Amino acid sequence: MKLVLKNGYVYDPANGVNGEKMDIFIENGKIVEEVSGAKEIDCSGMLVMPGGVEIHSHIAGGKVNTARLMRPEDHLRNVAPRTSVTRSVCGYSTPSTFLTGYAYSKMGYTTAFTAALPPLMARHTHEELHDIPMLDKGALTVMGNNWLIMHYLSEGRIEHACAYAAWLLRATKGYAIKAVNPGGSEAWGWGRDVRSLDDRVPHFDITPREIIRGLMEINERLSLPHSVHLHPNNLGRVGNFTTTLETLELTRDVKPSRERQVLQLTHAQFHSYGGDSWRNFSSEAESIAKAVNSSDRLVLDMGQVVFGDTTTMTADGPMEYYLSSLTGLKWANKDIELETAPGVTPFVYSEKSPVSGVQWAIGLELALLVESPEKVMLTTDHPNGAPFFTYPKIVAWLMSAKSREEVLERLHRAAQKNTVLGSIDREYGWSEICWVTRTAQARSLGLESKGHLGVGADADVAVYRIDPESTDPARDYEAVERAFSATALTVKGGEVVVRDGEVVKVVSGRTLYVDAGVGEELEREVLKDVDYYFKRFYTVNLANYPVQEVYLTSPEAVKVDSGVR
Amino acid sequence: MRFTLITGRTVAQGDAMEKGKTEEEFMKACAIVELDPEDMEKLGVREGDTVKVKTSEGELVLWVRKAPGEQPGVAFIPMGPWANYLIGGDTEATGMPPYKVVDAEITPERGKVPSLEELLRLYTREEVR
Amino acid sequence: MRVTHRDVVCSFCGTLCDDIEVDVEDGRIAEVRHACRIGTTKFLSASRHEHRLLKPMVRENGRLKEVSLEEAVERAAEILAGAQRPLLYGWSSTSCEAQSVGIELAEVLGGVIDNTSTVCHGPSTIAVHEAGFISCTLGEVKNRADLVIYWGANPMHAHPRHLSRYSIYPRGYFRERGHQDRTLVVVDVRRTDTARLAQKFVRVQPGRDYELISALRAVVNGRKLPMDEVAGVSREDIEELAEMMKSCSFGVLFFGMGLTQSPGRHRNIDNAICLVRDLNTYTKFVIMPMRGHYNVVGFSEVLSWQAGFPFAVDFSKGYAWYNPGETTANDVLQRGECDAMLVVASDPVSNFPKPSVENMLKMPIVAIDVHPTPTTMVADVVIPAAIAGIEVEGTAYRMDVVPLRLRKVVEPPEGVLSDVEVLQRILERVKEIKG
Repeated sequence: MKLVLKNGYVYDPANGVNGEKMDIFIENGKIVEEVSGAKEIDCSGMLVMPGGVEIHSHIAGGKVNTARLMRPEDHLRNVAPRTSVTRSVCGYSTPSTFLTGYAYSKMGYTTAFTAALPPLMARHTHEELHDIPMLDKGALTVMGNNWLIMHYLSEGRIEHACAYAAWLLRATKGYAIKAVNPGGSEAWGWGRDVRSLDDRVPHFDITPREIIRGLMEINERLSLPHSVHLHPNNLGRVGNFTTTLETLELTRDVKPSRERQVLQLTHAQFHSYGGDSWRNFSSEAESIAKAVNSSDRLVLDMGQVVFGDTTTMTADGPMEYYLSSLTGLKWANKDIELETAPGVTPFVYSEKSPVSGVQWAIGLELALLVESPEKVMLTTDHPNGAPFFTYPKIVAWLMSAKSREEVLERLHRAAQKNTVLGSIDREYGWSEICWVTRTAQARSLGLESKGHLGVGADADVAVYRIDPESTDPARDYEAVERAFSATALTVKGGEVVVRDGEVVKVVSGRTLYVDAGVGEELEREVLKDVDYYFKRFYTVNLANYPVQEVYLTSPEAVKVDSGVR
Repeated sequence: MRFTLITGRTVAQGDAMEKGKTEEEFMKACAIVELDPEDMEKLGVREGDTVKVKTSEGELVLWVRKAPGEQPGVAFIPMGPWANYLIGGDTEATGMPPYKVVDAEITPERGKVPSLEELLRLYTREEVR
Repeated sequence: MRVTHRDVVCSFCGTLCDDIEVDVEDGRIAEVRHACRIGTTKFLSASRHEHRLLKPMVRENGRLKEVSLEEAVERAAEILAGAQRPLLYGWSSTSCEAQSVGIELAEVLGGVIDNTSTVCHGPSTIAVHEAGFISCTLGEVKNRADLVIYWGANPMHAHPRHLSRYSIYPRGYFRERGHQDRTLVVVDVRRTDTARLAQKFVRVQPGRDYELISALRAVVNGRKLPMDEVAGVSREDIEELAEMMKSCSFGVLFFGMGLTQSPGRHRNIDNAICLVRDLNTYTKFVIMPMRGHYNVVGFSEVLSWQAGFPFAVDFSKGYAWYNPGETTANDVLQRGECDAMLVVASDPVSNFPKPSVENMLKMPIVAIDVHPTPTTMVADVVIPAAIAGIEVEGTAYRMDVVPLRLRKVVEPPEGVLSDVEVLQRILERVKEIKG
């Protein structure tokens, strides 16, 4: 398969290409130097970028499906019947798997990582990923409340913890280490939570501080492609920025094993709150941005809020209970033995609500106050801040101070009073948009062949119907939003899969997971402990726990020799 | 005598079902009604006797069995084609038929408990393998 | 030669025990260890081919006649493609992979697809739409629970190993002495075999569970009951039970069809979920339905992620439409809104109420199953299938939504295909007919 995308304005900042008019050559699913006799598609007057990379989105697995089960009303939206190419679809904050693939693809995305994979439920996550077409996929394995991890760390057996984490990634076909409210979700097993880095986890001789530090050490010893991906303690709590800053401090002692951060602060918006009650709830985005600006070991994704109805879901069980008790809305909880505690509850972000307005501003402040776009990733923590369908709106806000002002004026005055967003005049350019929607994600994840268009990169390309030469995004932000909502072309693995906003070909992407090798003897010893845990405490047999490759579409193991012995 | 009819699973019904519904064991596990011992006395029936169970939907002759524990006023029939011949269809717009808590009249009756084929013939289709 | 397969998953009930050992000798199952009485029978009867469906059959002049698989598939596809609004029913005793093909078939046909949830925990699902779902995996119960309540459920009969594997008898991390560290309460209208094991048995009057739950909620929330008894249960008993619930450190309420099939239906479950939510103000409490068929949960999961709804989905508009009472199998049947039926791994002729069966017998039926059943006896096309979890691999979801890989221990009878393969052939043919 050969293809040439001709004469587009190409943005590929990782390779120093910023709006040059050039041709992209594609052969056998890869970007190449040149091809001859290939089909040519004229992209003149259009914006060409690498395929979008989603780093944190709840698109597959147990709690996503619990949300679908709990919210049939959500599936009366976005309905469309079967076509000759696509399956029937429905859903907004919890779209069907098919719609998830089609909708990302229409926005020019070609890769997506689902945000949290509980090990015992890993097979479920992969079954859903299997049914998400159009995208390369991966999943982040949650470990922040894992009993064996906590035991090993509290006993100072770091090599054992490393070997177990490596085994867990392989068993769950996961890509990276995720931690969610470390220690807090275990405490939720008794209806409790932890509220500071130094609270002790009930019945486990360990604190959140020790878990986070330990996981980062495990991650760097194993030299994994991505860093620890952290949802810190106290998500969504008033005044939580102090916990967040203390957490970010922990990265100072950690030496990166690769050229990347040692911590991704995920959905940072939810962790940047000041004030001491909901009455004086305020933004502390400046403090968080300052910490990120002064460190080369940190990146963040936004967790942007967009107004409207959505569903919140996280492996932070106590948080979902707390939120549902504030709203009185229906609540689902799903504690998972020895591992984690997901919860789900619907939520409405209202323009009239002082809290929602401040939350909306914080996400944008973070993106605009962190100086380097290489450290920022556009997310809504789908669907927690908003469904991913809203990304084009956020792109427009980042590119246009005027568009932000227009929203700000409509909001409750708290959004102006308790944030600094109104005073920020920074506006992203096309290169910066490219960073925060694909290139930074690929870097953070250690995906060398994604997020750029250099020779050898995956032939994943998005062509947007907007002329970056003649468009002033600060003024024509509505045109920006329209263009990013539906590509002129999405090319996945060298094939045109979307044309003029319509799916024209359904493909099944690859599934990436990490296979980190450790010393054989160490692994044998750890497997003895694992075996004991399964015999005594789990309710499935060890032999039935690891996910078989048959569940993965085109599985691709990223091999790492960690040197841990 | 009036009873509240309940239908549901039993281990014998599950076991027999897996052996094969066309086997005699399945009929023995399902074509029965479990009654409280005191109610059996009042009815004047003993385990193994037959009774007629009548609901608004239909009536069937079934064997009597003693319930494992007390259940005054409650008659229990294991789920299966015999039980469901007596169950009506009103789901109250929930999809769920009234499988439990159904008014039933039970009277002693010497009669033949219908076999599976005989039961199916009670429905409209005549040709049954 | 005898080969032992270990860690085999039992494909009978929603307990989905995965510690079964199966000895296979000369290609037949010779011995089964660790399974309950029903599970053991299921494994052993797989190898009794004389009791299996082995040949495809088509009804001609009132009689079922053996035909080739191609002929049976052709006839099945004609019936389904020729129908205005076929009903595709069953699905709970087969793999997720088969369910997935079935959902696409329903979409292509513009039919209604529903599974056995509709007659077991469909009301529980409706309650979840209203009130949410406060639950956990079974290991949480094993490791933490000190109060276990079964309400309208009789696991000693329906889920024989549930108490020994998960709830009462196992030793857990925080419950080292097993059953000595736990209290068992049973609420039922009958003193069942499960009730006989309980420290406390509460006999509720038939059909009055909702009132009892409401009374418990009132007491849990600090109110004094103005009457001496509710639903046949004394005020003292209600107060005692409420106190047990509030003072435990981890409580679990398992409920069965005693709540879902009784008057009140989904409202009983809604109220029970609200009770559990109330209890979480005071302590840790969870609730879980006792799911029957081994993969009844799997169907709701697959249908939810593919079509957005957990059961009773109508594709006649081209996209998924869901409205229990309208799109549920028994309602569709009783209103005579469907004109053909595909039944997979289920026996609605046995398990549906009389008015539904009467209508079912008026339309052509295609049945795919492993054993003869009353449904295959009256069907117009019968296609034998291999047994998932014994003769073919696949995926199933336990009652707590934990997914497991079903294993294959013996070959299916010669010429007998899996549900997945049979359904794929029908789907292909239907797509051709529909153009």
